[in-house]
This record gives sequence, structure tokens and C-alpha cells, in this order.
Amino acid sequence: MNLAILIPLLPFLGFLINGLGFRRIPKAAVGLIGTGAVLGSFAIVLSLFSGFTGTAQVVPVYDWFTVGDFNVSFGFQIDQLSLLMMLIITGIGSLIHLYSIGYMHHDEGFGKFFAFLNLFVFFMLLLVMGSNYLVMFIGWEGVGLCSYLLIGFWNKNPEYGYAARKAFVMNRIGDLGFLIGIFLIVARFGSLEFASVFPAAAQLQTGDAGLFWITFCLFIGAMGKSAQIPLYTWLPDAMAGPTPVSALIHAATMVTAGIYMIVRSNVLYTLAPETLHIIGWVALATALLAASIGLFQNDIKKVLAYSTVSQLGYMFMGLGMGAYTSGFFHVMTHAFFKALLFLGAGSVIHAMSDEQDIRYMGGLRKKLPITFTTFLLGTIAISGIPPFAGFFSKDEILAHVYEHSPLMWGLAVFGSMMTAFYMFRLLFLTFFGEFRGTHEQEHHLHESPLTMTLPLMVLAVLSVIGGFFNVPEILGGTAKLEQFLDPIYQYARQANPEAFAGVHLDHSTEFMLMGVSVAGAVISIIAAWVIYISRKSVPAPDEQVSGLQQVIYRKYYIDELYDAVFVKPIQALSRFFYSVVDKGGIDRFGVEGVGRFVKGLANEFRLLQTGATGFYVLMMVTGIAVILVYSLRSLIFG
Amino acid sequence: MLTLALILIPLVAAGVLLALRGGAVKRVALIASLVEFGLATYLFTAFRPDTSSQFALSFDWIKSAGIQFAIGVDGISILLLLLSTLLVPLIILSTFHHSYKNPSSFYALILAMQAALVGVFVAKDAFLFYFFFEAALIPIYFIAALWGGENRIAVTFKFFIYTIFGSLFMLLALVYLYLQTPGTHSSLISAFYELNLSAAQQSWLFWALFIAFAIKMPVFPFHTWQPDTYVESPTPATMLLAGIMLKMGTYGLIRLLLPVVPEGVHQWGTVVIILSVIGIVYGSIIAIQQQDMKRLVAYSSFAHVGLMSAGIFSLTLDGLQGSLIQMLAHGINVVGLFFIVEIIFSRTQSRDLRQLGGITQHSPVLSVFFIILVLGSVALPLTNGFIGEFLLLKGVFTYNAWIGVVAGTTIILGAVYTLRMVQKSMFGLQTATTEQFTDVNTNEILVLIPLAILVFWIGLFPNVFLKLTEPAVADLLRSLK
Repeated sequence: MNLAILIPLLPFLGFLINGLGFRRIPKAAVGLIGTGAVLGSFAIVLSLFSGFTGTAQVVPVYDWFTVGDFNVSFGFQIDQLSLLMMLIITGIGSLIHLYSIGYMHHDEGFGKFFAFLNLFVFFMLLLVMGSNYLVMFIGWEGVGLCSYLLIGFWNKNPEYGYAARKAFVMNRIGDLGFLIGIFLIVARFGSLEFASVFPAAAQLQTGDAGLFWITFCLFIGAMGKSAQIPLYTWLPDAMAGPTPVSALIHAATMVTAGIYMIVRSNVLYTLAPETLHIIGWVALATALLAASIGLFQNDIKKVLAYSTVSQLGYMFMGLGMGAYTSGFFHVMTHAFFKALLFLGAGSVIHAMSDEQDIRYMGGLRKKLPITFTTFLLGTIAISGIPPFAGFFSKDEILAHVYEHSPLMWGLAVFGSMMTAFYMFRLLFLTFFGEFRGTHEQEHHLHESPLTMTLPLMVLAVLSVIGGFFNVPEILGGTAKLEQFLDPIYQYARQANPEAFAGVHLDHSTEFMLMGVSVAGAVISIIAAWVIYISRKSVPAPDEQVSGLQQVIYRKYYIDELYDAVFVKPIQALSRFFYSVVDKGGIDRFGVEGVGRFVKGLANEFRLLQTGATGFYVLMMVTGIAVILVYSLRSLIFG
Repeated sequence: MLTLALILIPLVAAGVLLALRGGAVKRVALIASLVEFGLATYLFTAFRPDTSSQFALSFDWIKSAGIQFAIGVDGISILLLLLSTLLVPLIILSTFHHSYKNPSSFYALILAMQAALVGVFVAKDAFLFYFFFEAALIPIYFIAALWGGENRIAVTFKFFIYTIFGSLFMLLALVYLYLQTPGTHSSLISAFYELNLSAAQQSWLFWALFIAFAIKMPVFPFHTWQPDTYVESPTPATMLLAGIMLKMGTYGLIRLLLPVVPEGVHQWGTVVIILSVIGIVYGSIIAIQQQDMKRLVAYSSFAHVGLMSAGIFSLTLDGLQGSLIQMLAHGINVVGLFFIVEIIFSRTQSRDLRQLGGITQHSPVLSVFFIILVLGSVALPLTNGFIGEFLLLKGVFTYNAWIGVVAGTTIILGAVYTLRMVQKSMFGLQTATTEQFTDVNTNEILVLIPLAILVFWIGLFPNVFLKLTEPAVADLLRSLK
């Protein structure tokens, strides 16, 4: 048996053990099994990674189903891209499992939580390991299920349940797009295997109409899973789930599945420049919209959630420019610092007795020194300050954007300034100034246990050094990631070599671009410092927010808009169909019409008006018998 | 002989039951249905997946008229045999905690119903098919009318009249087809395949046959008997209706309609696909606001059947294979869901989502099974529903991309109404109605475990079933070309 099969199997076994045995297995064992399963997978991934020769390998498991010539096999593809994703999923996954041992310790659903978390890792691994689009789709829908289960984890709260359903349904809208993309791929290429589709696609022309629809439909899927306009509103609501879930699923891994899918399909997208164009603009709009909402949010997790939506926008922006590696690089660094920030927020919430509103925090750096230090590092990393991880990955994207369109670049830099502002606003309000919560909360303040702070420290280190995986040549690096990932663009390069020519900017322009974005970030940080440290401003209570700020604070009323345009009309339609069309229309004139017709006949024979059902039945059966016999008799004797 | 035994075992057992009294009735009924299932399983293992009719048996019924008692099993029949023999023991077991008045009649009628259903799926003679098709109605009518809810009389009467009304068209069509056969006439279904019917003949024959099957399934707009009947019938009857009986309609389409009037299908297929797809969207949208869980599942079943029908009329291998595996999957899921509703009702005396909530706090085991069945129903990959829906949608999409997209909304709407049902019953705060809820007992677990295993087994290894039916389906499609 190939070792690769064990990678998803271990978390699945963990799910089965904790899932079937929950409430009977002691907590210590639950945590050990859950974390150990993912850690075991991580170890196997590491060994595969270190022994990787550079050639993609397909590991068939079994034939899933066959209809006519259409055969779908269940198999895994081990190559550069899937290995990196597996490293992120199992590596960060292990840290977050470890963290959860401390974070969820007092929760009665401890076993259930670990079971779901393991199940998530299983499906996420299928998503990135699948050797064809349908195995990817299994993972795709499976992680959606786990996301649903974990958002609604505290199921007594109906609002959480609503958030969970919203996430599932919005994802399903995207999934329909994905499914249609799959049908189009089968119709065009006769297979869903990457190894058959991509070489065949490389023979096609740039601008092929069929490829436009395939890539566009797949992108609809990506919009749902990776929270892009217009399918993003589920992600901020998904914060209803326990914080480790937000870190793992709604920041580091699942939400980047859309980027993975497009990088995986790079040959298709390279040949569909119109789709890339659409992706670029959707991504930019998402990045800006979400960042602006983030400016005024007061819930520590909501700020991070909008930040995630916005950062996903940056990743897609990279893809839209055809700079797949840049987009993917940002997936990696973002996984480090956003997981860190969420776990840090969790540590804060844990210390604050479940308080999430930053207006009631303040001054926590003294009581939570490790959380503070690591959170600070994460904040610097996301703000794009060199030499932290976010700087390298974001700057690479921005350079590609500049080459494509200076206007888009300007807007994107504006977005990254907003990022630096809302992140430092969050940091200052949480950790600096005076404590603004209740005495009771103040009394309880404590640094989290080692199971929680250890993951913070590891992720903090990664957030600091993560950028060095792909230092560009201009800064004296060797672009390691770029080189490592190079083979996965083999077919795209064959089909359209120009698309992979790299950035053509001269060095002075590149330095200028970096300078501008770093300066922008620094200005934002100073502004945040002045407002929240020097002037000690605290965001106003909800009812005092007004004007434009109110519109943004209320998230531009997009949720209300969707409710009015989609939800309410469908509910009204449902009632209309049921009471008017079904009961009032079809049933009365159609079915009961038949009934009246029969009763009318019965009226002719008043004898039949007995009302005894048995008698009616008898008559019907007799009737059938008479007709049958009559027709047969005429056949026999006629 | 084995095929005949499949019809006779439940029939004889039904006779025996009438003579029994007391607690033995249930057990004998269960044993009989298990023997039946065992026999069907043997047939399943002994079946060679090719185009032939196996385990066949025929003797003259009305010799001078060429009417035969001809039965046999081909790839399409075997799947439905498995479904009907598998579900009946589970349905019987699901009643073990419930005492129905006059149990010997109750269980005798269930087994008689099974005999008729098996008869439909193995009949090779058109009149024999018709006979069983109608015979199945009588026991289910009595079960619903005698053991049903408050409005049972009016509702079951409507159901009875309406379905009989539809079947009369089929009888008319069958007699006409019979008269077209050469020589001394033959009523073998295969003889009908050989007829050279004009386009005009096929056109009206198409509708005569279609209406009969469309009412049974049901297809929009012939469906309005269905939600009321499902709600008013006692749950075992609802399970029989939704799990097995509606497949008589889809089976009839494949066995009779497509091969006998292929030109009629080409002429009217688009209309039927559009009606079916309207049914998917319409049924799903209605389900979104239902408060009665049973009615909600009824409308969801109606929506699912619409997709099966559309897939059949796409005349693609994907569509037909998808519809067959979906018949199996839907039978399992819908029986499971109705059973969950019954479990909730038996403890709370309510199926109203406004009165329910928080059940999972008392019954984690029940909620796990509920969610597994829901996953099958919303077609999550690796569950049984996915294979069917994927192939059906692929077939419909191949037929026409835009119709395929509209049909595809089922995956979104299905999630909306089923998850709402889970939320309002299982999650949230407890209500006065659900405070005293007790988790599932052993009998209930014994029903739910096989269903849950099947949800995943079919989802993981669909080839076991697809390979069984493919030769017969491919042969059918070749004959249509």
C-alpha cells in the first residue's frame, strides 16, 4: 500500500474513534487521538516531501464508478502543489488541534469537536490530493459539510444555526457552478483526470470559448468556497463557530480551496484571459469592500473575518494577473499569520471570559504577554512590513498588478493601507491603553496554557520567516517557491509561453513600488497610533454610529439586500405555490375535477351516494374487472 | 420458479398472518419478509449482468388470447427487486414499537402489497403487469384508509380515484397495443416492442401511458394527491408509497413507455422534461416553508422524482443509469427520513417544526442518523444520493445545458429545506414538546443502522449496482436509436 493513502486515512480514523466513542473516551485521550492523527499525517507528508523526486505521481485507490465510457477513479495525485497544500493542512492543522485541547477543554462537546475537526482535515486532504475534479469535488463538498457542522457547533443558539446553514447554502450555490464546470469538462475532454485533461487542453487556442465557460463555472465554485463577491457574506457569519475552527477552516485552509483549484487548473485559465480579467476585478472589488468594512468592526473575530475576505481578494488578484505562484505564496504566508491572529484572538477571548467586543478590552499586553507578542508579530506580517512574511507575498502580487494596470495597483495599495490601519486599530484597542471591561473579567485575566501558547509561538516564527521561502531575485533571493512549483505550469507554458515571461519591471520601478506600499502601511500605522493611543479614542457604542460610517459598520446592508431580493421573495413564492397554486389551483380544478366527474356519474346512480368508502372501492374494482373482462371477451369471441 | 416464489412467499405469508393473533403476527411478518429478502439476495448474487431475462417462467394464462403468465428478471428488474425486498423488512421492523389495531390484517396487507410490487417488477406480459400494477393499489388503499390520520377517508379516496383514473388510460393503451400485435395476438411486453406504430399512434399512446405513470410517481402537475396521502397515511404505508410504489411509475417509463413508443418519446420528451424540471423547482420551493415534517419530506420526494423523470427522458446512458441508482437511493433515504419523522412523532405527538427543537440534546444518536440520511438526501459526495444526482444532472445537462442548470438548482434548494428541517427539529432550544424526548431504542437502531450503512455503501461502491443494470439499459438505448 502506498503511504499516501494513510495521509487522509489517519484523520478519518481519528474521526471514527472520537465520533463513535464520544462521551465515553476520556478527554485526555480524545485530544491525543485527534491531534496525534493529524500529526501522524504531517509526519508522512514530511517524509513524502523530503523523498519527492520532482515528478508527479498518481496513486490510484479504486474505481469509483463507471457509466459507459465515462470512468471516475478514486485516486490521489502527489506533486509539488498537493504536497505544499498537504504540508499546510496537516502542519497548521496539528498546531490548531493542539491549541484546541486547551481552548475547548471546558466544553461538553469536546469529543464531538475533535471528531469534526479530524473529519474536516480528512476532506480537506481529499480536496487537494484528488487526482481528478470529482475527487476534488468530494473534498470540496465535504469541507463544506464540516464547516456547517462546526459553525453550528454550539447548536443551542439558533443564530449560530442560521449562520451554519447560510454558509452551506451559499457554498452550494458555488458548488452548482463547480458541478456545471465538471459537466463541461467531461463534455469537452471526455475525462476528469488532471493527467488527461491538462495535456489535451494545452493543444487548444488562447481564447477558446469552451474554456471560457469551463473556467468561469469553476470560478463560481471558487467564489463560494473562497468568499468572493457576491458569495462572501457567509464567511463573517461563520465566526459563530469556535475560534480554532475560524483559524483552521475559515482562514488557513478551506477558504483557500478556490485558489488551489485555479492554480491546479492553471492551463485552463491561462488559455482563458477573459476569465482571468473577471477574476482580477472581482478580486480587487472584494479586497477593497471587505477591507473597508473591517475598518469599523468592533468584534475581534469579525475584523479578522473581513480581513480574511480581503486577503483572499489579494490572492485572487494575483491569479487574475496570471501570477499563480504569487497568489499561492500568499496562501502560504496568510495561512501562517492569519491562523496566528485567530488563535491569538481565541486566547484573548478565552482570557476575557468569552468577550469579543474590543471596546471592552484594552491593556491586555501586560496580562497576556505571549499572546500579545505573537499577535503583534502577526499584525506586522499582515500589514506588509519587511522582512515579515506578508511583505514578500503581497508585494509580489502588487508588482504583477502594477504591470497589468497601474490603476488597479493604486487601488490595491489603498486596500493594503486599510489593512494596516484596521489591524493596528485592533491591536491597539485590544492590548494597549486601559482595561475597559468589567471587574470580574479583569480578575479572570490570565495567559493561556502551553497547549495554546505553543502553537502561537510556532506560527509567530513562521509569520516572521515565512517570506523567505520565495525572496525575489531583486532582493538577493532565489525565488525558491517559484522554482519548486515550476513543473505544475508545464502545460500552461507549452500552450502560452508569453504568459510566463515574469515581471518585466526594471529594478528602480520595483523598488519604488515596494517603497510606496511600505510607506503607505507605515502611514496607516501612525494614523492608528495617533487615534487609538495618543488620543485614546474608543469606537462609539452602536447607537451613536451614523452617516457613512453607519453604512459601512452595517456592512453596506448587503445582508439586508440579499434578504430582500432573494430570501423573502422565495419564501413568499413558497407560500404562494403551496396555498394558491397547489391547493387552490391544481388540486381543485385538476384532481378534484376528476373526483367531481366521478361523483357526478355517481349522482346519476343515486344508489352510490352511500358515503361508504368500502362501497366506492368495491365499485371501482368491479369496474376495472368489468372493463378488463369485457375487452378480453370481445377479443376472445370477436 | 424462484421468481414465482418471490411473488408467492409474501402472499402465502399474508394468508398465514390472517389466521394468527397477538405478538406472533409481527414476528412472522418480519421473518417472511426476511426470507423474501434472502431469496432476492440469492437472485442478486446468481444474476449474470447481461441483457437477458433470467429466472424466467411462463405458462399460458388465457391461451386462446395469447395472454401469458410470464415473469422473469433482467438487469432493471433485479435492482427494483432488491429495493422492494430490502425495504419491507425494515418497514415491518420499524413498526415494532407501535401497536396497530387488528395487526394480522395490517401486516397481511403489507405483505400482499409486496407481492403485487414484486409482480410489477418481474411481469413480462403487459396484462400481467397491469394486473399487479392495479393490485398493489388495493392493500395500500386499505392500510391508508383504515389506519390513517383524521382526514384519511377523503384523502385516500382522492388518491384512489385519481390513480385508478390514470391507470384506465394505460389499460386503454395496452388493449390497443395488444390488438395491434399480429396473428392470434400476444400481450408480451417484448411483442409490443416489435410493433411498427405510426407517429400519430405513438403520440396518443405516449400520453395514455405517461399519464398513468406520471400520476403514480408523481410528475408535475399530477402530484397533488401525493402530499396529502403521504401525510394522512400511517407511516409504514407512507414508506411503502414513497419508498417502493412510486418506482412502479419510473419503472413503467423504462419498461413500457420508452421502448414501446420511442417516436412518441422523441416527440414529447422535451415537454415531459420541462414538466419534470418544473416539478423539481416547484416542489423544492414549496418544501422550504412547510411546517409539517411529513409534508416537507413528501414535497422533497416529489422534487427528487422530478429529477429521475427528467433523467429518464434525457435518453442518455447517464440519465437512465442515474435514475435507476437514484430509485434505490431515494427509496432508502425517504424511508429513513419518514422513519425519523415517525420516531419524533411517537415521542412528541407532533410533526410541527414550530413546536419542535433541541432534540439532539436528549438524543445524539437519533440526530447522527438523521444527519446521515439528510446527507444522502442532499446528495453529498460519498453518499448514495450523490451518484444518482450526479448522473441524472449530467444526463439532463447533456440533453440541454440550460434545462440542466435549472434542474441543478435542486442541490441548492434541497440544502435549504432539509437543513431548515434539521435545524428546527434537532437544534436550537428545547421546547415544551421535546423536553421529555428519549433517544432511539434497540428496534429503531436496528432499522437505522442498515439504512445508514446503505447510504455510504452505495455512495462508495456504486459500481456494484451500476454494472448490474448497464447491459440492460444500454440494450434499451440501442433499440431506441
